[in-house]
Amino acid sequence: MQIIELKESVTASNDRDAEIIREKLKENGTFLANIMSSPGSGKTTLLSRTIIDLSGSYKIGVIEADIASSVDAERIEALGARSVQVHTDGMCHMDAGMTLTGLEALNYPDLDLVFLENVGNLICPAEFDTGASKSVMILSVPEGDDKPLKYPLMFSVSDLILVTKTDTLPYFNFDLEKCRQRILRLNPNAQVIPVSAKTGENMDAWYDWLKTETKNCK
Amino acid sequence: MHEMGIVIHLAKTLDDTAKEEHLSRIGSVTLQVGEVSGIITDYFVDCWNYFKVKYPVLAQSELHLETIPAVTKCGNCGNTYETVRYGKECPFCHSMETWLVEGNECIIKEIEAESEIGSS
Repeated sequence: MQIIELKESVTASNDRDAEIIREKLKENGTFLANIMSSPGSGKTTLLSRTIIDLSGSYKIGVIEADIASSVDAERIEALGARSVQVHTDGMCHMDAGMTLTGLEALNYPDLDLVFLENVGNLICPAEFDTGASKSVMILSVPEGDDKPLKYPLMFSVSDLILVTKTDTLPYFNFDLEKCRQRILRLNPNAQVIPVSAKTGENMDAWYDWLKTETKNCK
Repeated sequence: MHEMGIVIHLAKTLDDTAKEEHLSRIGSVTLQVGEVSGIITDYFVDCWNYFKVKYPVLAQSELHLETIPAVTKCGNCGNTYETVRYGKECPFCHSMETWLVEGNECIIKEIEAESEIGSS
């Protein structure tokens, strides 16, 4: 037996697959956003409104990752976006291999914009590179402004944090400025955009971000 | 479930390595695991023993885990301290402007292996 020094990350095989996906997406001009959040943060509501408002300008696809069931995929299909459901078979996160399966099932080459709706969980999805162009984290007001302190990795790996359900701000002790400071302390490059998918408040800022990123992929 | 996900990737990474390096059998795998990586070591070893048999090259392998202590650095006073003992607040100056220097890793340090041509 010989000893071989590797000094390699455990997830090296996943990281390689993720780079391959990013290359493919770039060649093809498709922007893939990995959307992460806890369950019940309003991911599907936010995506539904986004699809309604942007489907005139972009061809949109959605990969729904769920441990089981296909409720979300049916809601999305009804809005006119192409959608596939990837069952993770009990796994608590999406990895690059599963993302590629989802992209291929979507028949993605003619799509401009694909949302990967990751499993609702603030821990594991942050640890696995999905191959997405950018990662977006959704934090809803009822969850509290202390979440960056409790789940630091999630906030460190996300490029954009959408603070959703801002229409409920009057009912909760959620300090938007404090939350922003906590996020920026963990991740100085993060962008923070507060929105309400219900009232439509500030959704344009989110759309502008998407438009810029999609353009950068072309 | 978190441990299982990591085990699956570890097995794939090692299977790739075995192919690249022309290894016939991997005898032991030494991992360095950060103290605050969130990996439960006993459970991780159980997951490994369950999953390794899916790859013939890994089926006989033994997993060894080494812990990397977690260290936090203070941006205000510049000191470093034990993360697990003191947490986010610097014990020297009570600043909250602190960050983790190490302790969140999961690295494959080395493997013991036999190559296909039989040399050891």
